[in-house]
This record gives sequence, structure tokens and C-alpha cells, in this order.
Amino acid sequence: MSEGYYLELSENPVQFENASSVNNVFFDEANKQVFAVRSGGATGVVVKGPEDKNSIAFRMDDKGEVKCIKFSLGNKILAVQRTPKTVDFINFIPDFPHLEFSHECKTKNSSVLGFCWTSWNEIVFITDQGIEFYQVLPEKRTLKILKSQSINVNWYIYCPETAVLVLSTTVQGNVLQPFAFKNGTMSKMTKFEIELPVAPKPAKIILSERDIAVATIYGQLYVMHLKHHTRSTNNSGAEVVLYHLLREGSCKKAHVLKLNTSGKFALNVVDNLVVVHHQSSRTSLIFDIKLKEPDCPVNIHQPVLPAQSIHPYKISVTGPVAATGQASVPCELYSSTWSVFQPDIIISASEGYLWYLHVKLHPTVNLLQDKGKLMDFLLHRSDCKMVILSVCSQMLVGGEKGNLPVVATVFDKLNQVYKEYLEAEQAYTLAVESGPSRFSNSYKRPIRSQAVIDQSDMYTHVFSAFTEKKDVSHKFIIAVLMEYIRSLNQFQITVQHYFYELVIKTLVQHNLFYMLHQFLQYHVLSDSKPLACLLLSLESTYPPAHQLSLDMLKRLSTANDEIVEVLLSKQQVLGALRFVRSVGGHDNVSARKFLDAARQTNDTMLFYTIFRFFEQRNFRLRGNPAFNPGEHCEEHVTYFKEVFGEQTLMKLPVV
Amino acid sequence: MFLIKGMPIRLLQGRTNELQTHSNADDQVLTDPRMASGMQEKQYTPSLLSFFIYNPKFGPREGEEEKKILFYHPCDVEKNEKIRNVGLCEAIVQFTRTFCPTKPAKSLHTQKNRQFFHEPEGNFWMVMVVRNPMVEKPSKDGKPPTIEYQEEEILDTVYGAVLQQCYSMYKLFNGTFIRAFEAGGVELLTQKLEKFFYRYIQTLHLQSCDLLDVFGGISFFPLDKMTYLKIQCFVNRVEESLNLVKYTAFLYNDQLIWSGLEQDDMRILYKYLTTSLFPRHTEPELAGRDSPLRPEVTGNLLHYGRFLTGPANLKDPDAKFRFPRIFVNTEDNYEELHLIVYKAMSAAVCFMVNASVELTREFCEQLDALVGPQLTLLASDICEQYNINKRISGPEKEPQFKFIYFNHMNLAEKSTIHMRKTASVSLTSVHPDLMKILGDINSDFARVDADEEIIVKAMTDYWVVGKKSDQRELYVILNQKNANLIEVNEEVKRLCATQFNNIFFLD
Repeated sequence: MSEGYYLELSENPVQFENASSVNNVFFDEANKQVFAVRSGGATGVVVKGPEDKNSIAFRMDDKGEVKCIKFSLGNKILAVQRTPKTVDFINFIPDFPHLEFSHECKTKNSSVLGFCWTSWNEIVFITDQGIEFYQVLPEKRTLKILKSQSINVNWYIYCPETAVLVLSTTVQGNVLQPFAFKNGTMSKMTKFEIELPVAPKPAKIILSERDIAVATIYGQLYVMHLKHHTRSTNNSGAEVVLYHLLREGSCKKAHVLKLNTSGKFALNVVDNLVVVHHQSSRTSLIFDIKLKEPDCPVNIHQPVLPAQSIHPYKISVTGPVAATGQASVPCELYSSTWSVFQPDIIISASEGYLWYLHVKLHPTVNLLQDKGKLMDFLLHRSDCKMVILSVCSQMLVGGEKGNLPVVATVFDKLNQVYKEYLEAEQAYTLAVESGPSRFSNSYKRPIRSQAVIDQSDMYTHVFSAFTEKKDVSHKFIIAVLMEYIRSLNQFQITVQHYFYELVIKTLVQHNLFYMLHQFLQYHVLSDSKPLACLLLSLESTYPPAHQLSLDMLKRLSTANDEIVEVLLSKQQVLGALRFVRSVGGHDNVSARKFLDAARQTNDTMLFYTIFRFFEQRNFRLRGNPAFNPGEHCEEHVTYFKEVFGEQTLMKLPVV
Repeated sequence: MFLIKGMPIRLLQGRTNELQTHSNADDQVLTDPRMASGMQEKQYTPSLLSFFIYNPKFGPREGEEEKKILFYHPCDVEKNEKIRNVGLCEAIVQFTRTFCPTKPAKSLHTQKNRQFFHEPEGNFWMVMVVRNPMVEKPSKDGKPPTIEYQEEEILDTVYGAVLQQCYSMYKLFNGTFIRAFEAGGVELLTQKLEKFFYRYIQTLHLQSCDLLDVFGGISFFPLDKMTYLKIQCFVNRVEESLNLVKYTAFLYNDQLIWSGLEQDDMRILYKYLTTSLFPRHTEPELAGRDSPLRPEVTGNLLHYGRFLTGPANLKDPDAKFRFPRIFVNTEDNYEELHLIVYKAMSAAVCFMVNASVELTREFCEQLDALVGPQLTLLASDICEQYNINKRISGPEKEPQFKFIYFNHMNLAEKSTIHMRKTASVSLTSVHPDLMKILGDINSDFARVDADEEIIVKAMTDYWVVGKKSDQRELYVILNQKNANLIEVNEEVKRLCATQFNNIFFLD
């Protein structure tokens, strides 16, 4: 039903009183708040957002039409612009007088285009002749200028996440000057020029604010330019050009997103994907700048998925609190009254809704046939774990021909990410262990993203069910397990022993002992005590498992006790003793254990040999061949005397 | 009647063979008195006198004895003599059965020859008669030379194993006797036997049979885990996309890496590949560029893959897509398969396809296109990895030790004594007398189940050490001047520590 719709509007939108002649609506991107200002504030201002829970309602005097209204960070101070020259402030800090004060921009003959809060008490005025950076002193009800810069400004865009302000300058408007704000300082970044298809004559402003957006994608700041298709240049349709904005150094054109169509567009960034809405076709496209196109030159991107509309959305007629079952009407998507804000906000002012745009991953699974590309896409998404695991399960059940290479590719992609995480983790542990050095602070514990799919995830969600499947051939099961083990090895990740157990279990179930033998012979199944014990348990059905197990214990070199036990259980008493001697442990072993085992063989000569060996050991260690009471060998001494006579006991040499 | 190669004998100093034994449980003394004089003697190696197969049930009545005989080599023997020889064998087997009904006689020692009996299938008997090696001594006074048979010089285990191998090889390509008999009566069976053994017997080189024939082992190619996994995955992927392929075996440098066949089938297939098929194809490869022996380059520059069985050249419009058929799992499923052997550089892969499917040009082309490039890549990967491993493990630490290792569990065999093993020659780097000692020790091991160790001081400066631990056997030949027992023991310990440190091998 919902198949194919990979974009959706959030289920719980922020609702507000829709815009009308008496109600003006404002949106503040920094705090993601919607302001509904009734009658200039006189009949009330309602501030909602971002979660629709904490709304603020207050009144203010109607001193003229509100042009811009924003809270400082933390809702401490409210700034309202009503005239072209001044901005008014109202304290919202408790215990401070709730009084308005006003500030006029300092440049003569300039008008304020707008303002942005950069902290709880720092604000930038953008005027047509420059910018003014102030600190607001609420207790004094004044503003202190921190810095200013004069520059011709056509329009501006502010990115609250990074506190970067981008100004459009020059006559054509295509030279952008970014400024960065931090802790009361303002720094000018390198200006750059947006490439325009044609330079109009006479020169006039042609780069519109509507065609520019600023957003962070994969942690990097980009200025996105919607470059409209012009007939004179080419027919490939419009494109979005991404300029990578660096704190230091110049800005460079980094990516081009091919839209392959023309018309009216809007941009969002969701989960590091660039979403391009196309109004006339009422569809959206998504782009992932990390996906490499095989046939395209670097950094030119085609849409990841076919164009698709946002999932149909219904709004109840009676409003937000409407109970279920009440009439609801479809919401008009891609309406001309929609406003789109960065990164992922869509507002319908006429209906009074604020939505967040979401990308749903499940529908993408069937839209992207190329599993390798699908994995690349999914691995970069934030909420990808369960989807990836379900893709893995699905591809194993599908059982199409030529599946294994695909399975291999998918495993390799997963393990690549897994390995990177393990390495980061290891580097961190190393840094922490190396003690408090001056670098230690710079190491942050690596964040484990959902894309890190480890062995236990694969085991629990994919392999344990897969290997139980009756309709899948064991050949395929083993092939898949081997692919996974190969992939882990390729990335030098230690394979968890439960995978080996799964391999062994599957092979044993189908009597493929010779295969198992070969795997062990080439150490494909790495040595471990649990594995050696598992092999021992197979001995009754497959006798060579005994040898394999002993070899493994030997290689472990920490399992000498186990080897002795195995040999003794096979009544290879002499062999066990010789082994102990070869590893130099014969001075410490329990004589009783060996004598017990020798007695059980009913081989008196063997018993004699073992007994004599320990007598000699006793003599060498203590100068007396007799056993200590603590060794509990009395029973064996008695037996020895019975069989061989008392005079046969080793005697102390007469000095 | 037989072509006998003269072989100069070695002059031995005195009557040496001082023996020392070193055994864990019981003391064993081996004696091997040997005389040799410096006169111009001629030594004759053991050779095949006759080889026949019979089934007593086929001619139970008097006058019908000839019907029992299914195959007889040499074929020009007079009919009555054939009947007599078969009758004798039958009588011996019958007679000895009275002493031990479960274990019929395996061989008969006579002064001039030794007969080996083998009953691979109920009532089907194979007999091989080997003439003992002999020394021809020229006598003085113009008298005819005297011949001295060395009846103790050949080992039951070695030739018994050769006889069994004859059957296994026959069965690999023809299936069991009884199946042929059921399908086409005696006529078909004799036809098959005739066709197979006529040629096969000529490839038996009895003079160079030794301990390795007893083991019938498989030499495994040493490989790191990662490369092994790559091969494993390659095999799985090919089997998945060419789902006609039922079993796959992978070899490199004539050594096995992977077998999808069960152990016993692989053992004989391995024998066929390494002693017959591969040697036949190496010669053209080694031949010069302009040699007519060199196979025509198929013009495919993308890979080096080619078929060793089936079509020599895929592009040839008259190419035949016929592959040898083999029979495996004869105990239970009795499967008949096409044997496709495909090789790229040193990597050879056997693909086995159910014989009921007809193999077409399309299939072969598909296989060539799929496997050729991958196998070429894999072969160079293996080569590279192998060289890296060799460099890591240090420059040749083997040469001072001559040894044979065999593991009954996985049939793994390793020999630094044998330089090259082909059908025609088995070149060993040690004197046959030493090989004989190895065989003797092996027979001793076979008698007792326990782990043991035997050290023998042989002629000149040689020491021969045999060790048996669980299912593994190791034979070492050391040549150290004036070494004593302790030193030899230490030396062997060192060998075990370097060569066999990753297995549980009691010392």
C-alpha cells in the first residue's frame, strides 16, 4: 500500500493558527519556532515548536506591523522588527523587567533587512549596507556593538547550526560573502562567486534568494544553488550545484546534482540526503553525494531513486485533537502555499501545519535493484540497522542464480564499515591506555552508528534463522557462511567462534565431514578451546575429529592440561606422560592421576613404568622416592607391592 | 620377452648394516644382511610376469574353466597355461581360507616370483605376478651365468597396494565389475577390462614402486587462510552459477587444495591427475614456442584458461565436447560423471557434471568465459601469496632433511625424497635400499596399533628414523658422519619442531 513512497511528512506536525488577514505567521529557523501574531501582537502571540509541546503565549502592544520576530537561543530575549530602521527587544528572562526597548541600526540611510540571533544575547543586524553585530544587555536595556562591516547586501541566508551568515553582494547578486560567528567574534570567510549561465545586460540582480540554500551534509557546510535550465545552454534540465564552504580557504564547487527536468523546485536536506521537490510534477528526488555514479565523472550525481511523491497525507477536518474515525481529507501536497526551510522543514501557512520531512528506508529496498548500491545508500542513513539486516535476510532467501557475488559484495560493504569502527575503537582504547597525555583530550570515544553491523547482529538477525531454513540447500548455506567468513578475514576482523560452530553444525548435519576436515586443515576455522572441545565431541561419529582436536589444542599452546586429559581418557598414559615431559610440566603433575589411569588399563607393565617414573621424580625433587601423603598414592603403593613385591620399590641409596 | 634395464649396482663397503633400535615399548631388532661382491654382476629389477582377473563362479564345471578368465596378460599365453595358473591361485586362496576364513591369502612367495591376490568385489579376483629382482653373476670357465633371486627384496605392502590401485583406477573410469556384468554380461565386462588394462598395464612401472604407493596419499598445497577462502568462494560461486556442476576439485602445482569429492574418490582421481593427465599436458607447455607440441593459443588474451579434457580449442568448429567419464561414490549413490579439467597457469580445476547431461558447446563456452578470467586471477594470487609465505618462512630450510610424512586421517602426504612423480618415472633421491628400509618400518608399524619409533642405522652414514604418532607416520633419512643415536634423535626432534610444529606429534 505504502510501497514506493520513500518520503513522508512527520505524523505529529506542529499545528498553529493558519495565516490570515488578522494572523501573521513567522518562522524562526534557529529555534524552529512558529510565531502566530494576531493583530500585531495585541490579541496575542503564540509561539510553537519545535515539538508542539512547549508553546509560549503572550501579548505585546501593537506598535505597527511586525516584519520579523525571533527569540534568542533559549527563549531569553524576544526581538521584533516593525520599522525599516529599528528592532525592538523584550526581556523574557525571569526576574527581569518585561519591558520593551528599541535599537536603531547605526549606519545612516540604511534599512534593516533582518536580524539573526547567534547566541542567547548576541544578535546580527543585516542592513542593505552591511552587518552590525551586537551584544544585548537586557539588564541595562541597551545594545553594545561588537563588530560591524559595511558591504552592499541584496539578501542574506543564515545557517543556525553552524552560525554562518551568507550575504549576497554585487549588482548581479552572485558573489556570496559568508561570515562565521562564535562567542562574540565575527570572522569574515572567503567570498566566492556562484556561476551563472548568462550575464544579463544591463547588469541586474539575477541570483535570487529562493535559489540558494545553506545546509550541512555529512558534517560539511554546503551552499546549494538551484541552477535553472536555460534554453541557450543545454537541454539537460536544471541542476543543483553544491559549493563546499570551508572555514578557512576558498570555497569550491563540489557536487552537481542532475535534476533532468525543469520548473519550480525546493530543497531540503534529510539524513544527509538532498531532497529536491519539483512542484509541477508533484514529485521529489533524492541525492546522496557520497554515492559514486559508475558512468559519471566524479561529483556529478543522478537521483538515487526514481522520482516519487511524498506519501499522501490526511488531515482531519476538525483539527489536531480529532479522535480517530472522524472525517479527514487528503492534504494537498506540493501546494503553492508551502514554504520549505532547511534542513527538513515544510510549512503550510495556509493550513497551519509544520512538518518534518522523513526518509523511509523500507520502500527503497525494492526500488534499488543493485544490492551493492542499495547497501552504499543504506549504510549512510542514520536509522538503517534493521533495514540492512532485513535486506541481508531477504537476499539469502531469494535464492536467485548468481546470488553469491552479490552476497559477497554486500558482506564486504558491511564489514568495511564494521572494520572502520573497530579501528577507531582500538585507537581510542590505545590513546586512553597510554595515560593522560596532552593528546588524550582530543580522542573522543568513537560513536557507533547504526551502520556498524557486527557479527552478533548478523548472527542473531540473519544467520541463525537462515541456517535453520529447510528449503535452502545446505550447499548454499555453507557457501554463504564461507563468504561471510572470507569477508571478515579480508578486513582482518577476528571471526567469532559461534560462526565456526554454525559452519561445523551445518556440515555435520549433512555428513560433510571431509569438507570440515579440509577447512580445519587450512585453518579456516580458527583455533580455540571451545572449537577443540566441539571437535572432540564429534569423535564418535567422525573419528579423525580426535586428531584435529588434539592438533588444535597443541597449536593453542595454552591447553596442555586439556591435551593430557584427552590422552588419559584414551588410556594413552605413556603418551600423556611423554607429552607433559616435553612441555616441561612433569614436576608438577599429579602422580595420582596418572597412576589411576595406568591402573585402569590393566596393563601391569605400564603401571610399573608410570610408578617408577614418579618414584624417580620424587627422588629427584625431594631426595626420597616415596610419595608424600598429600599425593594420596597409598592405594597405588599397596597395589605395586602386591604385584611386584615390596623389594621392588625404589630404595634410598645407601650413603 | 621382457625388456630389462641393466642397472649398475653400488659397491658396498663391507657387510655393514649395523643396527640400532630405539623403541618405546618393545625392543625391535631388524636384520638386513646383504652381500655384495665387486664382480661384474647384473641386477634385474622386479618386473611384471602376468596379470589376470577371474571369477570362479563363471566356469564352475569341468571343461568350462576358460570361462572363469576375464582378463589375462600377457595374452599370448597358451590357454591351458592360463587355466592352470588361474586354477592354482584359486586353489591357494581356497586352501588358505581354511586357516583364516575372514582374511584370505594376499600373496604367495616363491623363489622366482611373488603373486598377489586381491578380491575387490565378491568372487572377482585380481592376480598380479611379479618376478623377484635378481642378480646375474657371470661365472668363470665359460659356464652359463648363475642367477640369484632376491626374494626378500620386494615388499608385500607395496605391490599389494599397486594391485589395489589397479582396481581403483579401473573403477574410476569404468565403474564396478558387477555393474558391467549386469549391464552386458561377461562380454561387456571382458571388453571393458581388455580396453582398460591393455593400456594401463604398460604404465605400471614396478621397479619404481615404493612406500608412497602404500600410502596412496595426496599432496596438499600449503596456503594461507585468506587465499584458501578466496578459492573456496570461487568454487562456491562457480557451482552456483553453473549449477550442472556437482563436485569441484581445485589443484595448484599438482597439489590438492580443495576437494568436493569424498576422500577415497579424490585419492584415485588425484593419482590419475598427477601421474597421467597433468604430465601429458606439461610437456606441450614446456615445449618451445615453435614446437608442434605447443597447443595453439586460442587467441583469448583475457585469460589463460583452457580445457585439459574435452575440446582443445573452443574456436575449432569441429571441436568435440566429449569428456572422460568417471564413477564415484560406488558404495552408495553410484554416480557417473563427466570429468572436466580446466587449467589456467598452475591452477587446475576439476568440474564434475552428472553424466546424464549432455555437455554442449554453449556450456563449455559459458564455463570458459566464467572460469577463465577468475581462475587466471586466482592463480596469480596464489603464486604471489605462495612466494610471500616462502620468503617469510625463510630460505629453504628443508634440504638437509629427507623425509616422507603421511597422515592416514586426511591422506596428506609430503615427501622430500621424491623429486618428481609421473607415470613413467618416480625419481627418488635416495638409494633403493633405503627405500626398502622405509617400507620395512612401515610394515612394522602396521602390525601394532600403538605409537612407536624405530631408528635404524643403515649403510654408510645413513640413519633411518620412523615415527608413528596416532594416525601419522614420519620417515626421516639422515646422512651425518659419525652421528650417534642421541644426535639423530635430537635432529629428528628439530625437524618435527620446524616442519610439524602445528600438529600434535608426540616425541
